[in-house]
Formats: sequence, C-alpha cells, structure tokens
Amino acid sequence: MSEIATEARMNIATNNQRNLAEEDAEQLRHYYHQMLLIRRFEERTGEMYTKARIGGYCHLNLGEEATIVGLMAGIQPQDYIFTNYREHGYILARGVSPGVVMAELFGKDTGVSRGRGGSMHLFDRATNFMGGYAIVGGQIPLAVGAAFALKYQEREGVVICQMGDATTNIGAWHEALNMAKLYQLPVIFLVVNNGYGMGTTVERGSAEPELYKKGCAHRIHGERVDGKDVLTMRDVTRRLRERAQHEGEPAILEAISYRFRGHSVVDPARYRSEEEVRQGRADDPIQRYAQALLNAQFIDDAWLKHMADQVEREVQEAIDFANDSPDPQVEDLFTFMYATPVANTPGASDAVAAALIAERGT
Amino acid sequence: MPVITYRQALNETLREELRRDENVFLMGEEIGIFEGSYKVTAGLLQEFGPKRVVDTPIAEEGFVGMAAGAAMLGLRPVVEIMTINFILLAIDQIVNHAAKIHYMFGGQSSVPMVIRTPGGGGQQLAATHSQNFEAWFAYVPGLKVLVPSTPYDAKGMLRSAIRDNDPVIFIENLALYNTRGEVPENGDYTIPIGEAEVKRTGTDLTIVAYSRMTVLALDVARRLEEEEGLSIEVVDLRSLRPLDKPTIVNSVKKTNRAVILEEDWRSYGIGAEIAATIQEEAFDYLDAPVRRVAGVEVPLPYAKVLERAALPSAQHLIDAIHQTLVGTR
Repeated sequence: MSEIATEARMNIATNNQRNLAEEDAEQLRHYYHQMLLIRRFEERTGEMYTKARIGGYCHLNLGEEATIVGLMAGIQPQDYIFTNYREHGYILARGVSPGVVMAELFGKDTGVSRGRGGSMHLFDRATNFMGGYAIVGGQIPLAVGAAFALKYQEREGVVICQMGDATTNIGAWHEALNMAKLYQLPVIFLVVNNGYGMGTTVERGSAEPELYKKGCAHRIHGERVDGKDVLTMRDVTRRLRERAQHEGEPAILEAISYRFRGHSVVDPARYRSEEEVRQGRADDPIQRYAQALLNAQFIDDAWLKHMADQVEREVQEAIDFANDSPDPQVEDLFTFMYATPVANTPGASDAVAAALIAERGT
Repeated sequence: MPVITYRQALNETLREELRRDENVFLMGEEIGIFEGSYKVTAGLLQEFGPKRVVDTPIAEEGFVGMAAGAAMLGLRPVVEIMTINFILLAIDQIVNHAAKIHYMFGGQSSVPMVIRTPGGGGQQLAATHSQNFEAWFAYVPGLKVLVPSTPYDAKGMLRSAIRDNDPVIFIENLALYNTRGEVPENGDYTIPIGEAEVKRTGTDLTIVAYSRMTVLALDVARRLEEEEGLSIEVVDLRSLRPLDKPTIVNSVKKTNRAVILEEDWRSYGIGAEIAATIQEEAFDYLDAPVRRVAGVEVPLPYAKVLERAALPSAQHLIDAIHQTLVGTR
C-alpha cells in the first residue's frame, strides 16, 4: 500500500462509526447486493477470460465495489456517466442487466455495444451510461462537453467523469479542468486512486500525490474520501452533485481504493509486495460493509447466504445468456459506420463480399 | 447571381445555420470578440451572443473533445481550428473518439459535429503553418472529409456538413478566402457529401484535383484550350472521404489519361489513393501512366523563392499534362 493511501484510510471515518439508524434498510441491502454482484461478476469474468470466452484486454473492478456503488447511489437518473476502460461494475451498478454486459465481453450481437466494443467500450444510452473509453484521459473532454450541453440546453443533471489516478497526469485533464471551471459546468471528476497506474505508483507519476488538490490551479474544489466505504462515497457524491447542479461548480472527488488484482486480467502485479496485497485485500469493502450491517442488525447470516446464492445465480444466468447469444452477422460489418449514410460509403454489397470470404476460411 | 467571396459564403452559411437551428453553436479560439483569425466568424458574436459563439482558451484537444461530448447530447457544434496545423493537438479526440463513437458503441450515439479549418501554403508562413493534413483524416473510417474549391461549393457543403449527423472535417484553404464566385441569394441548397463534380468537361485528359488545386487546374485547362486546343476535363473531388470513385473512373474511361493535382506531399498523399483507384478500376482504358503533381517533400521554407519551388504550380501541371499526352498529336 502506498504511504498516501494508508494515511487517507486512517483519517477517514468508516461505517462502524456511522449511525445507520436513519438509513433505509431496503436501500442498505440493495447496496450490498450490487457490490456483491460486481464482485462475483468480475471473478467469473476473470475465469471466462482464462477460458478464452473473452478476448482483448480485460480490466476488473475487484476491490472497487464500494466506490462504484456509492457513486451510483449518489447520482440521479438524469445524470450522465463517462468512464475509463475499467468499467464493468459501473454499468452494472447503473442498472444495466448483467446478461447484456457479459454478452458484450463475449463479443455477441446482444451485447450492450452490439459486440463492436468489448470490455473497454461498454455503452448504454437508456441509462445515460455514455461509454467506457480506452485511451487514457479521452473521456475527460467528452464529459466536460456533455456538461456544457446540459447547461446550454438548461437541463437538470450533472456529468460524472470517472478516471484512474494516473489520468491526472495527462494534458487533456488540465485543459478540461480549466474549461469546466471557466464555463461553470456541472461535472464531477471522480479519480479512483488505487495506488497504481499500471505498475507506476501515484508518487512516481504525480508531483502532487494528493490528487484531489490537482484542481487548485483551476480553482476547482477537491475532496478525498475512503473509496472502500460505500455510504461515505454516496454522501460525498450527493453533496458535490448538489453543488455542481445548483452552483455550476465542478469538483474533484478522489476515492482511495485498492485493486485486488493486477492492472488487467493477465497482469501478475509483481510490482506490488505480497504484504501490501494481503493488507489491501484484508480490508475488503464488501466484508466491511456486511459487518456494519450485521452489527446494526439490518441483516443476518442467513440473509448473507441467501444473497450469495442469488448473486451466484444471476451471474451464471448472465454467462448462459452470453453463451447462448448469437454472434454479430458479418453482413453487418459496416452497419453503424455512419449515422447519416451518404454516397460512396461501403455498404451492403461490400459486407456481403466480406461475409463470403469469411465463410470460405479463416 | 450575386458574386461573393469564399469567406463571405462561409460566414453567411454559419449565420443562416445558427438562425435555423438552436442546437448549432460555434466554438474556437478568437472566433468571437476577435471575429476569427481569418474573419470567417465576423459579426456572429454580435448577432448570436456568447452562448452560441463560444471563445475558447488555447486548448485544441480540450475543446474539440468538448464539442464531441456536446454533440453526443444532441448539440451541433461547429468548431474552428485556427489553422489545420494546430489540429494535431486534437487528433486523439478526432481519430480515437469522434470517429469511433457511433460504430464502437453499436450505433447508440452519433457525433454531429463539424471541424472547420484552413490548410495550405503559399503565404510565407513557413514549415509549421503551411501544411496540408487532409490525407491524415481522409485515412480514418468514421470521419467525413470535405475540401470545397469555390464559394458556391463552400456554402452548399458547409450546410450539408452542419446538418449531417457524423463528424465532418471541413478543410478550407488560406489562399481561397478571397476568391470570388457566384452564389445564389437566399438559396437554401445543399451539396451532397461524398460526390465529386466534373467542373469542366473535356476529352483529351482528366485532371483530378480538390480545394485550391481545382482552381489552378481550371485555369490551366482554359489556357491550354486557348493556346493549344486541348480539351481537358477537371474532376473536383469535393469530398475525400467518402471518395466518389465512380466519377473519377468514368472520367478516365472517357479521356484515357489522368493527371492528379494535389497540394499535399506526394508520398502517401491523396494522389496515391486516386492513382491506385484508377489503375484498379480503369487499367484497360489507360493510354499513359497516371501522373501526380504534388507538393515537394520538404518542410515548407520561408523564403519566397524556396516556397514557390516547393509548391505545385501551373507550370508543374502543364509539364505533367504534356508528358501524359506525348505521342497523341
């Protein structure tokens, strides 16, 4: 664990110190369900990857469940979300069915991006989930532009722009921050600080390792929270959201987190010591939350067992759905090329030709 | 028909489209209070206010990406990049994002945006301010790339671009802004994206050109008709992506000879694509090798004598035409 992350964790209140009496029991249980769903979905995704059911790059949200569920609990249906490529959990917590997410990972026509995007490019228009973006920092100007549109159209809502810690070192971040403040746009920059950009620690990549302070050159308010505490994440998100919505004040929300596995499924993460990983995993956000709910008697062991069984079934059903779904048709190779078709673009006959070749051999 | 400049045609079109659709807005460096580095946006801030004519800081990647994000939510941004040389700072947002979003997300979000930007040399602006990057963008599936050569086309094509639901790179040329041409008054015409035009018909040889080079080609074709009795056809590409291959190929099938005139660098340039297309689709019709007249492959120098030597000229074109016609008379 990096020094900064440890320090942040020690300084931030946990669920155990929180009075849960004012909370809605149903909501609390719902958060647990979502966190467990992400956990199990990602574990099985890793398994499907090693079985070669999933191709390409694949980045998991294991260990980041409380950050994700807390964020989603703190925003509204009219809000928009832009993320990076480690986004399976975000689209699930936004309410998209696990089946169509898994189908996208499997490259199926029923997937959220019709099998055109894969793990790093999930999208769901119906829930304003505006995409996973796989070029580091690419989502930031887009998200600020979406906030610009909300203000231009005088619509309710804010934009969440999620990214990893190392993304705060890229030029697009600073350009976008400057304009977000200059134009007073309703956008929250969620920086998930899991201590590492691939194998580079925050301290080795950022001259200012307290990332929530990196908006100061643009007079943007920032806060650091314990990203393993789902209720803190929710509450701070709500507060910053209100401010963004009603005062047009962008903000940086830095969530201290830890990824339980390597950068991607195939990364053995040798740059982290065994002791650090053991400690990081020992403070499991789901177990911590379960304990708080048990202590407050919102749930009992039987309920936890029931929930584990239910989530196991849900994820298995997602895998079955993905398995049984059809591949995209090669005849649709050029479908979605252009929103406004014009003369002289590749079309049906080119796709049919491609399909005929595909049929004859690989 | 009234005669106006290329610059006026663009300015009028922007004004008309801003009036027509509330979702259209302009964005770029110095386009408002300064009225545009080349005054294409003159008077628009005054008429439409700062909500619709947005001055940006110098942050090409940031504001091009913002435009794409705003377009995803239904706005129709028209971005000005002061000159095409600066577009490289925004290339990630254009190539990895704007061009990909509709396809990669299974058609769930379109990106209806226009990036207007002038390219071209000949103004003694030297190596970093005189470039032609159209091939870089024409290379990318998902983009549409337009290169109008006349005020009439500039107006009809900019209208089409703004009303189109895909990202359009609309490339102007510094040397064209003051050129004049007939443009109908109050005519709400559009020119379809993806269609070339035969700007002059002929039977002896086809010149394929675009943007400022079309003007040069037409001038040379007129001169050679007067001086040598040659009948030269000029195909103005107008759209580089999609590329109107049938119009090029049909012209060459008729004239059996082709010279491509382009201002960009020769190797890997637009002309290479046209030449390949002609040999693939009209090989049996060719009576001579396809020739390219293009920019010389150096960083464009400042000194007038060097700059002139590096840019394609009427004399380069005439020489290429004569070489291609050897043995016909």
